Amino acid sequence: MAKTIQAPLPGTFYRASAPGEPAFKSEGDAVAVGDTIGLIEVMKSFTPVVAEEAGTLVAFHVENEDAVMAGQPLYDLDA
Amino acid sequence: MGVTSIFIANRGEIAVRVIRAARELGLRTVQAVSAADGDMLAARLADAVAPVGPAHATKSYLNKEAVVRAALEAGCDAVHPGYGFLSENAEFAQMVEAAGLVFIGPKPETIRQMGDKARARQEAQAAGVPTVPGTEGVVADLDTAKVEAARIGYPVMIKAAAGGGGRGIRVARDEAELSTLFPQASGEARAAFGDGGLYLERFIGRARHIEVQVLGDGERAVHLFERECSLQRRRQKVWEEAPAACLTNEQRLALCASAVRLAERVSYRGAGTLEYLFDDVTGEFFFIEMNTRIQVEHPVTEMVTGVDLVRAMIRIAMGEKLALRQEDIVLRGHAVEARICAEDPTADFRPSPGTVAGLALPGGFGVRFDTLLYAGYTVPPFYDSLLGKLIAHDDSRAAAIARLDRALGELVVEGLPTTAPLHRALAADPAVLAGAVHTRWLEEWLVATPLAAAPASPVPATSA
Repeated sequence: MAKTIQAPLPGTFYRASAPGEPAFKSEGDAVAVGDTIGLIEVMKSFTPVVAEEAGTLVAFHVENEDAVMAGQPLYDLDA
Repeated sequence: MGVTSIFIANRGEIAVRVIRAARELGLRTVQAVSAADGDMLAARLADAVAPVGPAHATKSYLNKEAVVRAALEAGCDAVHPGYGFLSENAEFAQMVEAAGLVFIGPKPETIRQMGDKARARQEAQAAGVPTVPGTEGVVADLDTAKVEAARIGYPVMIKAAAGGGGRGIRVARDEAELSTLFPQASGEARAAFGDGGLYLERFIGRARHIEVQVLGDGERAVHLFERECSLQRRRQKVWEEAPAACLTNEQRLALCASAVRLAERVSYRGAGTLEYLFDDVTGEFFFIEMNTRIQVEHPVTEMVTGVDLVRAMIRIAMGEKLALRQEDIVLRGHAVEARICAEDPTADFRPSPGTVAGLALPGGFGVRFDTLLYAGYTVPPFYDSLLGKLIAHDDSRAAAIARLDRALGELVVEGLPTTAPLHRALAADPAVLAGAVHTRWLEEWLVATPLAAAPASPVPATSA
């Protein structure tokens, strides 16, 4: 049963550390507690989105560089 | 040139500032808006709005094609770029002109020339403006860097030729550090700016940041005296003043005259700022770079000279000759500006976007607040944290600071933390009152003087 993880902050969501770099996680990847899933940029300051639960990343709800609101679905995790 | 309608290719408080100046000149204004900015103050004040793309700035305010297209479709005949975003992008200025529109700023070639720090430095030297001891142009490789650094003298600063805003800067204290940092800086500059070119200059540890405001019409230039912006955090200015109280009148005149020489040498058109480091022990000043646009802190200059800089730059762009003679520009009193940002100074300046639940604005004689705020506005998380600039003007520096403190006491922004408490603490600090500061003073002070968390206010939780 997939669980939906929400964005902890409002801002711009990034799936990689910089343009051209590989994505932190792709759909189907295993996720361990403490893994970085992406970054959220809030007013030019970057905060990592860190997994608090382990599982398999089933799907992203937002694309790279999309605007996100706090509480918006970010990704689905299969425990 | 027949300018009747200005496209504002920016957002936030500077967009509001430009709309006001344009309206006073009888010009129509069309405001660029990203998908996140439809309800910003500038969008409400402008005669019309024009969408330029999604929230993310690279797809909207930084999208040159989209901005030029929107300006044309809106029927504008001039573009004001504000500061940041595309304001110092020579290619954008060129595209604006190629589309038959007036770019409110310098010629594209001047932006390119002064945006390349090595070229700017050469021009400064040719104009007889002192520069920091350093390399002439870009350093080819590490071996050359070692030879040059030995000549310049350690500590040396490694700077990206294409950098800006303090990015891509490293300090090496000796050759061993240079050997480690030089390749890192080159790789980082290539990744960040697409250009790995580096140059070296002497690192001046205890300097003040002083900058001279100029206006030029492409032939003649005048200065509007200087500002001091030594209070910085992470190389971002926090508090600015005009004039610089640390200068003698003789030093002031030499500094400002050097700025006019450089501006005239490059046939500068519009409003520009020449930044200098000032060593208050030796009295030496060194040109570091020129910003070819209006600056955030321009209001302190406006307050002490009585010259509306944004209006002046628009009129120059409309083809008018500079109306001011140097002898017409006189300093009157002292002005101080506090940048009010959506950041929590009690929590390591954590960004604090959110909804303005309530707002009380300061006012009274000698007080000016250039802001994007209105009650009920939701500050989006996608852009710079600057909410406004609170400016106080009075006869003397001490009186201006007292007035700033009084105005800060009147400012209430409910719903999100701001940096106003930091400014109240600074306005009461003996070193600030004595003007005994340098560019690293504030960061040291913040470590030594942590601000206590404010009593609980209605701040909606934004983090899980």
